Amino acid sequence: MPHELTFLLVAGATLGAAVAAMALRNIVHCALAAIGAFAGLAALYLQLNAEFAGFAQILVYVGAVAILILFAVMLTHGSEASSSTRASGWAVAALLGLCLALGVGRSPSLWRDAKPAAGASARQIGGALVSEYIVPLETVGLLLTSALLGAVTIALRETETKTSDPGIHEERPPRASEMVSRS
Amino acid sequence: MNGFDQIFVTMAHRLSGAAPAPVQPIMLAALIIAALMTAFGSCFALTTIMERKILGRMQNRLGPNRVGPCGLLQPMADAVKMLIKEDLVPDAADRTLHALAPLVLTVPIWLAFAVLPFGRNMVAVNFDAGILFFFAIGGASELAVFMAGWSSQNKYSLIGAMRGIAQMISYEVPLVLSTVTALMMAGSLSLVAIVDAQSGYAFGWLARWHVFTPWGLAGFGLFLIAAAAESNRSPFDLPEGESEIIAGYLTEYSGFKYALFFLGEYLGLFAVTGLGVTLFLGGWQPPVKALAGTPSWFWFAAKFAALIFLFIWVRATLPRLRLDQLLNFSWRFLVPLGLVNLLAAAVWSWTRPWQFPGSMGVRWLIGGSILALFYCWLGRGLRPDARPARQYHYAA
Amino acid sequence: MNAPLAQYLIFSALLFTVGFAGALVRRNAILALVGIEIMLNAANLNFIAFWRFGPHPEALTGVMFVIFSIAVAAAEAAVGLALVIAIYRHRRTAQAPQFNSLRG
Repeated sequence: MPHELTFLLVAGATLGAAVAAMALRNIVHCALAAIGAFAGLAALYLQLNAEFAGFAQILVYVGAVAILILFAVMLTHGSEASSSTRASGWAVAALLGLCLALGVGRSPSLWRDAKPAAGASARQIGGALVSEYIVPLETVGLLLTSALLGAVTIALRETETKTSDPGIHEERPPRASEMVSRS
Repeated sequence: MNGFDQIFVTMAHRLSGAAPAPVQPIMLAALIIAALMTAFGSCFALTTIMERKILGRMQNRLGPNRVGPCGLLQPMADAVKMLIKEDLVPDAADRTLHALAPLVLTVPIWLAFAVLPFGRNMVAVNFDAGILFFFAIGGASELAVFMAGWSSQNKYSLIGAMRGIAQMISYEVPLVLSTVTALMMAGSLSLVAIVDAQSGYAFGWLARWHVFTPWGLAGFGLFLIAAAAESNRSPFDLPEGESEIIAGYLTEYSGFKYALFFLGEYLGLFAVTGLGVTLFLGGWQPPVKALAGTPSWFWFAAKFAALIFLFIWVRATLPRLRLDQLLNFSWRFLVPLGLVNLLAAAVWSWTRPWQFPGSMGVRWLIGGSILALFYCWLGRGLRPDARPARQYHYAA
Repeated sequence: MNAPLAQYLIFSALLFTVGFAGALVRRNAILALVGIEIMLNAANLNFIAFWRFGPHPEALTGVMFVIFSIAVAAAEAAVGLALVIAIYRHRRTAQAPQFNSLRG
């Protein structure tokens, strides 16, 4: 059963990467492990004949979201080791996982085999996007535009902030002329 | 002539056919992989020596000419030098990521060659969403640059990596925008279908390549600029600008790992050049009808070599940009022009039913004037006096 | 043939749990966001699996949902990380438990 073996290998690697992403101490290592998990999921999509979704997953997650996360880590000086974790969260999560796995395991209708190869070609998906799914498509376009504008507005450096917080220091080093006047 | 055109396809099938039936598909795949790796591996060696020789000629010197006839064995000497060099890793470095970064850059790039059609019936995998696959693969190189820069624990490395990622993200947008026009015209994401869409001859002799249309010409220009920036070629080689930040994210690399980075960068250039040939220069189609019987792979190789030469020529000609110029150029000029180019492509597509005499000229005039108008208007924003003078915080 | 549907569902349940645990446990806001992304991805895998093994794979519903979900997740990540950076600029920390004051 080559398919089963591939599934087990990829699923194991993905799960391992996800656990590493949530458990490692160094935040950059966490982010890189999360990227591994995203890529592993893309491989599973490919195994399920969803080529388009798999490539989109790699393009968006590995190419864009991952870089965003890494940039955020860099901009927040996050590479220092993070503080201790909260243990109660693990217990809650384990309980949830147990419930979900039991639910899946106890429903016999889910244990059926695949139908012979079905796939979604790029042409079919494109056709559906501009006919059946045209309203969601336009909405997503609007959403992405507003998210882009919103993200830029939020993250843009405010030039006229009142520096009441003593922790805030300006990025720009003082010029020689200013240093003279201050002293 | 047809046999000569299909010589590689026939050879691959003959060789794999000699194997027992159950392993034939694996044999065929292994043969294709071996052929691609040999071809582009030797292409890499050849390009390094030709680049140095051409740069030398353009700068009025000889270039390498000591090893072998005319210096042609110089790549071998370079390879031996790289391999026997000491592999230095800084004490503070993150050793795992430091070792992983060159692999993350070099390994996925090989996959990109799988979807490029090198000739008639000469494509390793004809993916339905081939171009999406190509760009998905390209995402890994940004990651490799970050890993190299961060794991070195060196400020020049980190600055270089941040520059590199900012540049790659900024230029990915015009690269994809220029690609989208060709996709729209072909109505497919498969690179084989895009080459097929450029078959046939206008006026009975000239090939219908995309570059012979107003949007195709503008798209090709955008594509070349963005491709040079994506593969860190001069004049966009700031991430490795040696006069400012030593070697950027490559500062702490030596020996074999450095060689892998070098290989990865050239392979990235080859892949994106092959994509440019496929999208805009008609892939393996010959340029005029009179040459229709010639082997298809020859035309792909010829166009590929011409584009590589163009990149070398540009490297010898243009000085390096400043970081703010680089980002402004992408976001204020290339991205809006890419969007306008979509409009020009749409106009070209709408006017396709026009059949009166001289309709081609009228369509060219409309598309060309749209693009020329916006080219001039957007170009005004790039003039040095268009924005307030740059403040220098560190210089007096 | 492919592995049965339940294997994919159990795997995605486990992945969801890991993401959920991370979102609960980690104090760094960026890692909490990563946990949420992993949970979203686990849900996406369920959509793809149900589409593939469902009675009407030609309807494309699962794949379309995943494509839209990926687009929305990208927007969410961009805005979320921008918020983290904006808060960091005010409070000099990216640790979520310290985001406890309404006055900036």
